[in-house]
Amino acid sequence: MEATKDRVKEPLMWITKRDGMNPVFIWLIRVLAFVCGMLACGLIAFALIEQLRDEPSRITEFYKCFIDGVVKNDDMKWTFAKDVAILLCISVALTPAFRMRFWNTGAEGQTLVGVLAAVGVNFYLGEPYARSHVADARLLAPMLVAALLAGALWALIPALFKAKWNTNETLFTLMMNYVAIHLVSFCLAEWVPNGSNTISINDDMPTLFNGLAAVAKKNHKYSNYLTIILTVLAVTVLIYIYIKYTKHGYELNVVGESLRTAQYVGIKVKKVIIRTMLLSGMLCGLAGFLIGGVLDCTVNTESVGGQGFTGIMVAWLASFNPLIMILTSAIITFLNHGASQISTAFDISGALPNVMIGVVLFFVIGSEFFINYKLNFRKHAREVRA
Amino acid sequence: MTAFFAFFKTYLLDYFVDSLAFGATFMYGSTGETLTEKAGHLNLGIPGIMCMGGAGGCLVLSFIGASGLPPFLIVILGILGAFAMGVLMGLIYSFLTVTLRANQNVTGLALTTFGVGLMKVIMSNKKLMVAQNYLIIPKEYFRFPFASRQDSLQRLGVMFFLAVIITIAASYFLYRTKTGLNLRAVGENPATADSAGINVSRYKYLATCIGSGISGLGGLYYIVDYMASNEAYLSIEAYGWLSIALVIFVLWRPHLTIIGSFLFSVLLSCSSFIATIPGVTPSMSAKPLMRMLPYVFTIIVLILSSIRNKRENQPPSSLGLSYFREER
Amino acid sequence: MPTPALELKNITKRFGHKVVANKNVSLTLNHGEVLAILGENGCGKTTLMNMVAGIYYPDDGRIFINGHEAVIRSPRDAFEHGIGMIHQHFKLVDIFTAAENVVLGVHAGKKDNLKDVNSRVSEIAAKYGFSIDPKKKIYDMSVSEKQTVEIIKVLYRGADILILDEPTAVLTLQEIKRLFEILRRMAADGKSIIIITHKLNEVMEVSDRVTVMRKGENVGVVNTAETSEAELTNMMVGRQISLNIKRSEPVDPKPRIIVEHLDYTNPEGVKILKDVSFTARGGEMLGIAGIAGSGQREMLECIAGLIRPQTGTITFINPKENKPVTFFHKKISQVRRLAAQGKFHYPDGTRVSLKGMSRKSVRKLVRDEQILFDENEIMPLRDKTPLEIRELGVKLSFVPEDRLGMGLVGSIGIADNMMLRSYRKGRGVFVNRSKPKKLGQTLIKKLGIITPSIRTPVRRLSGGNVQKVLVGREISSSPKVLMAAYPVRGLDINSSYLIYNLLDEQKCTGTAVIFVGEDLDVLMGLCDRIMVINSGRITGTVDARTADKETLGYLMTKTQGDKADGSN
Repeated sequence: MEATKDRVKEPLMWITKRDGMNPVFIWLIRVLAFVCGMLACGLIAFALIEQLRDEPSRITEFYKCFIDGVVKNDDMKWTFAKDVAILLCISVALTPAFRMRFWNTGAEGQTLVGVLAAVGVNFYLGEPYARSHVADARLLAPMLVAALLAGALWALIPALFKAKWNTNETLFTLMMNYVAIHLVSFCLAEWVPNGSNTISINDDMPTLFNGLAAVAKKNHKYSNYLTIILTVLAVTVLIYIYIKYTKHGYELNVVGESLRTAQYVGIKVKKVIIRTMLLSGMLCGLAGFLIGGVLDCTVNTESVGGQGFTGIMVAWLASFNPLIMILTSAIITFLNHGASQISTAFDISGALPNVMIGVVLFFVIGSEFFINYKLNFRKHAREVRA
Repeated sequence: MTAFFAFFKTYLLDYFVDSLAFGATFMYGSTGETLTEKAGHLNLGIPGIMCMGGAGGCLVLSFIGASGLPPFLIVILGILGAFAMGVLMGLIYSFLTVTLRANQNVTGLALTTFGVGLMKVIMSNKKLMVAQNYLIIPKEYFRFPFASRQDSLQRLGVMFFLAVIITIAASYFLYRTKTGLNLRAVGENPATADSAGINVSRYKYLATCIGSGISGLGGLYYIVDYMASNEAYLSIEAYGWLSIALVIFVLWRPHLTIIGSFLFSVLLSCSSFIATIPGVTPSMSAKPLMRMLPYVFTIIVLILSSIRNKRENQPPSSLGLSYFREER
Repeated sequence: MPTPALELKNITKRFGHKVVANKNVSLTLNHGEVLAILGENGCGKTTLMNMVAGIYYPDDGRIFINGHEAVIRSPRDAFEHGIGMIHQHFKLVDIFTAAENVVLGVHAGKKDNLKDVNSRVSEIAAKYGFSIDPKKKIYDMSVSEKQTVEIIKVLYRGADILILDEPTAVLTLQEIKRLFEILRRMAADGKSIIIITHKLNEVMEVSDRVTVMRKGENVGVVNTAETSEAELTNMMVGRQISLNIKRSEPVDPKPRIIVEHLDYTNPEGVKILKDVSFTARGGEMLGIAGIAGSGQREMLECIAGLIRPQTGTITFINPKENKPVTFFHKKISQVRRLAAQGKFHYPDGTRVSLKGMSRKSVRKLVRDEQILFDENEIMPLRDKTPLEIRELGVKLSFVPEDRLGMGLVGSIGIADNMMLRSYRKGRGVFVNRSKPKKLGQTLIKKLGIITPSIRTPVRRLSGGNVQKVLVGREISSSPKVLMAAYPVRGLDINSSYLIYNLLDEQKCTGTAVIFVGEDLDVLMGLCDRIMVINSGRITGTVDARTADKETLGYLMTKTQGDKADGSN
């Protein structure tokens, strides 16, 4: 009798790995997860916001408000596009490193030193009066170079140690973020002794391509936004091409896939690690230049505002495909702007966007499981031997 | 010599005791993170968890603070509230990374985003926290048994000693008990642990959730005890990241966090301390430099340990990797 | 009749639909005896024992322990029935001490404290005569010490039935002797022991009875005292089968790769290759026979430049000039470097200095052979990376054992895998995908690779198709040396024959083919010469056309003169 009881061999449910799910289903699952996340956001808002509970009918207003946060007026649309672009730039910057399975968690710092370098060049080399007012247009090129170099340097340090001694890159790059943040505080203390903790040199910044303003005739005042958007789009496409069609891109994919295969075909792994991280850091530096050179020409410890971390999630959500990142960074920015709008409209903390982003991410992250694994259910108990 | 003692007594003693007290924040954070990492999970959600722990504790305090319950009960309930909220956050993390085998870095970052945001929403919510009444409990309640003292010792209270006890207990648990051994095996080599009959998922869940609960206490401690200010919650996130640094700095050994956290807080408050000495004015830029040092030291430790490559000083081997027993 | 300690009745295990690993196997293990399970690689010995240890669950059949039917679904169940298995790959946590590994996962109501474990481990060790320091870390241990830890781990859990999977594969002779003494002592103590092996002399030495397995079936049980090595060999290999594999006559066999006195010790400190010397000839297929793990893989990886042997030379003979490779002008920087060392001379004998010359003129000098590399300066392949070997112009192809972990990238398609070796070709920063794509399509057609599309990640293809992709790519570069490690492992009959034919075709084009195989019938039907490697040493080379299985089996399993090994 005991033996019969033990004869039940298959568990009720077990998990197996799955590979090669139909892309349509993959995206269906992701969209479903996103929708569930948005519904959960509604529930949280319902719990938090008095007015919604008083008049449950206004829950639709909640979602309307969300969308309003992005498309209400031109200003909002342009700001939205600009924010997408900056986030996209950072995510794209991370892509080569992630493709190589180098877990660069240091985008925040790499971008921030980019901002710092750009602003610093203007501070030291600009006209004395410009230091406090306007950035010198002639300095844009040196600012760009400085930002690129600074970002590259910040990424190079962990890469060198990874290549030489296999120092854990996730933790190293993470720590570099805070070194960067305090470096910014230090520079601010040096540059602005009065202690305003921010340096602002900008009223009306020249843009890289003033000519582009003509293209956007109507939106003249957003010409620097346009500069950013077009630059980032170009970079995104270039990185897509780099990863997909160049020898370098091919090498870093092989290194990421299997170190042994890379050695087998004679790829110099250390060289690839260093080269790829230089590129990754440089692109973060570019994002820093866009923030500190084109947009505001100001720097403080919040200049990047956590986008270096958000960028990691954006890149991951897009499965490290730069073109899909356009979509995912737009979604994250949409959540951010929409929730900001809600926090204003319903008079609630400005931190609400983070909550909403977190909730939606939980759902999307969790849904990945159903793409990579398969749940098997027992169909019938196996025959019991007589 | 006498001059030194006088100097020590007047300035340094206060500074050191204060640093000890400050350090308890990181002690909680990094002991919790160590437990999680020993199970093979790099939880970058610790800042969010510490924030939410703080929020959970404050919620309890604001509800029962004025209820007239005996002070020790209020304190205990507050601590439990923080712990429970930490566990809840840990549950989210472990469900996603253990059961659903999601990418740990991404999940952790999402958890931090979520936790920091939700804490700010809660802490600034007028209804929930009318006039920040979580501070209605005077910090003296937490300063048992030294609350009535006039010297610097009065900064150390139950929550400080709890941090020290938890830290030492965690160390004992990890290195002296079989359960701790099993846990470390899970983080080192889950396949081996599995074949030795250890329930890998259960260990991962428990380590993550209890670790998160402990981290959560750090947030509460900082808000209501160490700072006892209604703006304190804004800086917890930064100390969460510092706690993760501390785990590396002490090479995953909880008992060393007592020294490590002291060292970190000495550096963090160094410039404020210098400013208290008459006749010395530190430059504005000294402060950020000193605050940078904990991270720089952590990086140096990380580099040195990877160069020396001593096996005991490495991160747990399976840190960051999901475990899945293949059907063979 | 006393009840046996363990009895298996009609055990059957299938993997997938086609592969039957065990078919109706029954066996008994008595109390206090050492039973050897003897068989070639892949005959199902380990699978059978894994079912007793709770790693697999049998599809059919029953297991009795001390006369009671037992259901063993996990290693834990096995422990509870007093069964412990020591696997070939040790399952130990590196940074723990011996004692810590021993108590791992053991609860059983004991105090949750590590203090008394060390003494208990020493106790067990003393009882059976192990020498072990319970406080020593695993990463500081030799293979033999690690094995000891595994055995103590099993004993600590109170196992009465011990299963050892190929326990001697990694041990030195002395260590083997010591192990056998311990096994006997344990048997005398009433423990029942199963030892899985393919080494005849060990079977004769240690066991009481032998169960011989072949192709997943039990082919007989004999008492060790009543049998001979010859009888066991015959039972193990079965009768010779003619496989009808196409074998062409060697084409103008001339030395192509000369390996001399190769010694390799792996990072764990185990001596894998011992004084290996051989010559592979162009237009000939050299088969390499040996028990798995005797050093075949390392030998090929040394030649391919993936690992570095400590001593020895590897020389490649340039087929065009029929002399050792000296220098191929691939890279100008290399020319300059060697010229600076004074390795080049003009036809009149004066040394060449390239200082101040432009790239273009250097290239012209080299191309027109106006400067010559020193005749006697042979470029050995040893210590060269795969890339450097290619730069020397050595066309060497290698089909590694680990297809998806090494030879191919699983997540990309056939076309992209085609260019793994050739992607550097051509100038410019972009990879040229048109040629690899064309090559991929050709291969799909020629080798009948079944794939949804040329872009489908190769890891989704079946084993046979994956291997066709890999072999196809390696052959496509028209190599002068082709090394293939277990190229038909896990393949169905048709795919296997296709691979055999491809290798034979390569031989006919004058390539030196080195074929590492496990099936002796295949080796004897396909190759021209068969070299036998046994524990890292070459024990003989025979003509494949006249060889017989007994000789090969003997060369593969015999214990060599203990001069070199016995001393350590």
